Amino acid sequence: MEEGLLVRKIREGTVIDHIPAGRALNVLKILGLTGREGLTIAVVMNVPSRKLGVKDIVKVEKRFLEPSEVDKIALIAPSATINIIRDFQVASKRRVEPPAVVTGILRCPNPNCVTNSEREPVTPRFVRVSLSPLKLKCAYCEETLSEAEIVDQLVSPYG
Amino acid sequence: MVSGLGSRGNPFYGRDVLSILDFSRSDLEYLFAEADRVRRDPSAFSGELRGYVLATAFFEPSTRTRLSFQAAMLRLGGSCIDLGELEKSSIAKGENFADTVRMLDAYADVIVVRHRLEGAARFAAEVAEKPVINAGDGKRHHPTQAMLDLYSVKTLKGSVDGLVYGVLGDLKYGRAAASFILGLSLFKPRKVYLISPGLLKAREDVKEALRERGVGFEEVESPSEVIGELDVLYVTRIQRERFPDPSEYEKVRGSYVVDSKLLRNAKEGLIVLHPLPRVDEISFDVDGTPHAKYFEQARLGIPLRMALLKLVLKG
Repeated sequence: MEEGLLVRKIREGTVIDHIPAGRALNVLKILGLTGREGLTIAVVMNVPSRKLGVKDIVKVEKRFLEPSEVDKIALIAPSATINIIRDFQVASKRRVEPPAVVTGILRCPNPNCVTNSEREPVTPRFVRVSLSPLKLKCAYCEETLSEAEIVDQLVSPYG
Repeated sequence: MVSGLGSRGNPFYGRDVLSILDFSRSDLEYLFAEADRVRRDPSAFSGELRGYVLATAFFEPSTRTRLSFQAAMLRLGGSCIDLGELEKSSIAKGENFADTVRMLDAYADVIVVRHRLEGAARFAAEVAEKPVINAGDGKRHHPTQAMLDLYSVKTLKGSVDGLVYGVLGDLKYGRAAASFILGLSLFKPRKVYLISPGLLKAREDVKEALRERGVGFEEVESPSEVIGELDVLYVTRIQRERFPDPSEYEKVRGSYVVDSKLLRNAKEGLIVLHPLPRVDEISFDVDGTPHAKYFEQARLGIPLRMALLKLVLKG
C-alpha cells in the first residue's frame, strides 16, 4: 500500500513482490536489467510488509519472465511472488518455489568435485535439502550450498 | 546404472554401490548373512560367477582394495580385467573419465572405480549401464570398506548394536572413517567417540547423520581419555595425500599412536580395527595382543566382497 504511493501502476509487465529486503538489485541482475533497455523499471526497497517485516519490490513494464529466470529468482528470493499484469490488472499471481533439483544453474564450490573437472561431460546438479533457510546439496560430491553462497554465485560477475 | 529394487528379495541385485547410506540396516544384514554363507562353505560358491567379468579402474594408487575385489571375483569363478597403471593406459593419451567408463561398460559386467575426485563414482554410475561399485572417491565414501568393517564387528563381537565405539584418526579427510561412522548410524551403537586432533574433526555432514538417527556421540582429542570405555577402537591413518595444504599435514602427523601402553587401560574384550595400510598409528607391539583384529578384518573382506558381487550380479 505504501508502495502504491511511491510508484504508479504499470499497464503490462511483471511485478515481483515479497523479495527479501536488500535483494531487489540482485533480482535485476538475474534478469539482466541495467536500465539501458528502454523499459520502465521501478525498484522499491525496504517497504513495510506484514509477511516479511520489510520487503523489496521490482516492477518491469513490457517484460515477462522465462522459466529459467523464475527458477533463479526462486533461489535468491524464495519468498517472492510474481504477478503478471495485463491492462493494469493482475492477470496471474504465483509464489515462486526453489526447484527440488537445480541443474546447470549453479556450480559446485568443491574444487575436488567431479563436476569441476575439465573435459568431463557432467552438468552440475543440486538437490534441495531445506527450504528455509534454503540449502542445496551437490548430487555428486554432497557439498552443501547455503543461501548466501547461492545468492553470491547467481549475482557474482563470474557466476 | 540407476539404483533400483532387487529381484527375489535381494536388495542388491543390479544396483550401484556408491555410499553406505544408499542401503538400509536390513539390506546390510542381508549382505552379512550371505557373507556368513560364503565363509561357512566357500567351495559352494566357487563357480557362482563363471562367465562374468569384473573391471577394476583405479585412478588412485591402491593395492588391497583392488586385489581384494579381484580375489573375490576369481574365487567366484569369474574373470577380472584391470585398467592398469594410469601412465600406461589411454588416460595418459588424454582420454577423459567418462569415455574410460563407457569403454569398461562395454567390456565388463561390473565396474569397480576408485578416483581422487568426489562424486566420480556417482558420475560413473550415470554413464555406465552396468553396476558401478565405489572403491573410494576423494574424501567422501568407501562403502565396501564400511560394509566389511561393520561385518567384522558383527563377526568378532556378535552384534554391531549396543557397543561403545571409538573412531580414531583423520575424521575430516579420511573416507574409510567417515563411511564407517555413517554405517554405524544405521545401527544402534551405545555411544560413538569421535577421536581426532582438533584440525581433523569429523565433518558436519557426518555428525549430522549421527544426530538424525539418534546416535549419541562425543568428540574427544585423545584415545587415552576414553580407552577404558571402548568395545571397538577403529583406527585410521592420517592420509598425507588428502591434505589440500601440506603444512596442515605436518601439524598433525604422528599426533596419536595406539600402543600396548595405551591398551593397558582397555577392556578385556576391546577389539582394535584398522582399514590398513597402517603407517605408525598402531605400534607393532599391539599385533601380539588379543585386541589386534585388523588382519582378521582384512581377511573378512574376501567373503564380504564375494557375497556383494554375487548379490549385485546374480541375485
